[in-house]
Amino acid sequence: MMREMSGAEMVVEALKDQGVDVVFGYPGGAVLPIYDAIFHQNSVRHILVRHEQGASHAAEGYARSSGKVGVLLVTSGPGATNAVTGLTDALMDSVPLVCITGQVPTHLIGSDAFQECDTTGITRHCTKHNYLVKRIEDLPRVLHEAFYVAKAGRPGPVVIDIPKDVQFALGTYTGPKNVQHKTYQPKLKGDMDKIRQALALIAKAKKPIFYTGGGIINSGPAASALLREFVGLTGIPITSTLMGLGAYPASGKNWLGMLGMHGTYEANNAMHGCDLMIAVGARFDDRITGRLDAFSPGSTKIHIDIDPSSINKNVKVDLGIIGDCAHVLEDMVRLWRTEAMSADKGALAAWWRQIDEWRERKSLAFQNSAKKIKPQHAIQRLYELTRDRKPYITTEVGQHQMWAAQHYHFEEPNHWMTSGGLGTMGYGLPAAIGVQLAHRDALVIDIAGEASILMNMQEMSTAAQYRLPVKIFILNNEYMGMVRQWQELLHGGRYSESYSEALPDFVKLAEAYGAHGIRCSDPSKLDDAIREMIDHPGAVIFDCVVDKAENCFPMIPSGKAHNEMILAELADDAGIEIGSVIDEKGKMLV
Amino acid sequence: MSKSNVETHTLSVLVDNEPGVLARVVGLFSGRGYNIESLTVAEVAHAEHLSRITIVTSGTPEAIEQISHQLDRLVPVHTVTDLTLAGNSIERELAMVKVRGRGENRVEAMRLADAFRARVIDASTESFVFELTGRPDKIDQFVELMRPIGLVEVSRTGIAAISRGPEQM
Repeated sequence: MMREMSGAEMVVEALKDQGVDVVFGYPGGAVLPIYDAIFHQNSVRHILVRHEQGASHAAEGYARSSGKVGVLLVTSGPGATNAVTGLTDALMDSVPLVCITGQVPTHLIGSDAFQECDTTGITRHCTKHNYLVKRIEDLPRVLHEAFYVAKAGRPGPVVIDIPKDVQFALGTYTGPKNVQHKTYQPKLKGDMDKIRQALALIAKAKKPIFYTGGGIINSGPAASALLREFVGLTGIPITSTLMGLGAYPASGKNWLGMLGMHGTYEANNAMHGCDLMIAVGARFDDRITGRLDAFSPGSTKIHIDIDPSSINKNVKVDLGIIGDCAHVLEDMVRLWRTEAMSADKGALAAWWRQIDEWRERKSLAFQNSAKKIKPQHAIQRLYELTRDRKPYITTEVGQHQMWAAQHYHFEEPNHWMTSGGLGTMGYGLPAAIGVQLAHRDALVIDIAGEASILMNMQEMSTAAQYRLPVKIFILNNEYMGMVRQWQELLHGGRYSESYSEALPDFVKLAEAYGAHGIRCSDPSKLDDAIREMIDHPGAVIFDCVVDKAENCFPMIPSGKAHNEMILAELADDAGIEIGSVIDEKGKMLV
Repeated sequence: MSKSNVETHTLSVLVDNEPGVLARVVGLFSGRGYNIESLTVAEVAHAEHLSRITIVTSGTPEAIEQISHQLDRLVPVHTVTDLTLAGNSIERELAMVKVRGRGENRVEAMRLADAFRARVIDASTESFVFELTGRPDKIDQFVELMRPIGLVEVSRTGIAAISRGPEQM
């Protein structure tokens, strides 16, 4: 379809053609023509955030919970720079976003004009790709190409910077058909010879393990279904990164729990002791591997990933298969069936006996209390009382995030939204808003800390404006808990600037935003308070006052290997000086 | 990462000649802490808007493999070829060398230039500018010989490289 229209109208038309129903944004001088075009139509809904960082995380929440591309629209200068954190977050966690930024008119570019910044320069390192569109003739192609680049291959954020004169200029709009990128065509199907080699390794492995990550979620629901099928067929134990939770159900019998720095004892020891590691859509991040030279020393490693640069980046693998998880898993499952392959059942039985021994350590156990609410207990109760509603969970970053990952159990993909790679405090509330807009009738809970939530608290206004019933469940320990924990472990308990001084009254704050506030500090009243939160039809801020001193265990200390975890029982043991567990070299690491 | 097995490789990168593409490539090197020893870029196919970037970099074989993959991941990059890994490539560099001197030094400069097949592209009563093409080590050698004679300054293009034989990269 070819039609004459302004650049601003092209933007809206392209959004419609790309099937976008929601855009998160904030107006300003350099995007006014696009806002005017939005005013004149009803098919694309604009959600007014209160800060551009909120727009970027809301778009992430929307994208991750729906599998679609998230879209944000911000003005030049500060609008663009405020969005940078969310763009970086999306790059690290491979979330498909299209971010449209206004720019000063082309003749003013480079003159230090009002609200001018070098948006493409600033965002070059925090986007998968970006464009500065200086000619109206290029705009339709760039708009459609941006959506393609954002979701093709390993997804990521794409910025389109559009000068104001280009928004006013008239040109011919063309639809998304026949927009094919000339160079960027990621390989989806894996090499069949390598897939056969992988299957042969799996069939003869004695102590295999699946280590899966966010790539499975990004690949779509089919990848999760195939993964479940393949795990079922082979009987191999499976663990996952923070980003991959929900791809395999937590109730599944092969599930070992999350691995890594705050992963379970059984998952980490199985990774350490396995003879075959099958990494699928995971990137061997430092939170996962711990000490690299002691990472899973005796195993053969297979790595399936759509991004060739992920393979051999941190850990040298024996067999790298480049392709989309769903495509590769489909070939694997099909061949496994048609060639009637089977795993070494005897060896697997022995492997499972070993794993069950590790499991007996009950590494997620904690000392509960009748006086104070333990944060782990709070998450467990939240899980028990909300699980039947199949809620979407977002988090902020810190101890509460790890407790949520450990004690809230995920059955389905796309139901867990957290900032993994970048670790962005302030992610959870705007992300929850994005999730709620993609799933209007769902229960959406932001599991938060009292420090993180304040970083984007202004987005409560957005929730109020659009009547979004998001539930904010704050584990309030009056500390930046993870900072405090590290100061206890590494810096002699000198809690430099990690106390949350002068906190607001969260109940009154909720009321100020037109939401419902609940406070609970009594373990015996917790269940009723959580029920009150769920039953309330609107937005809720739940101030859950928890034990201030609780640490998040188990933990692989910095610079240690998977088999050198600290368990809570060890930490509680008076004989061991917790501050001495991490050596000088480990202190240098983050 | 051990420093013992650091190698120098020449990478040839074919890219869309669009604004910012060089900044993407250079930014990737600085952002990820890779080395650039030499970098040249020019359009090689005007109609297709293709530019060829030749980068000489150093690192462990693993680091260089990673550099190739990271470059390949950039959206405007068509192909990345590790010419050193592929073997059998030709590398050339052009230099312009300004030398100042009178009398015997002037004669000596001319004699050396002749031996290196350098051409005189500018001359005054007390100076020459030589143009010299060759492998980087040949240029290094020439520059070192000119130093005592009266070297003023050098301008070098950096390395351009291509594989031998009939095949395209």
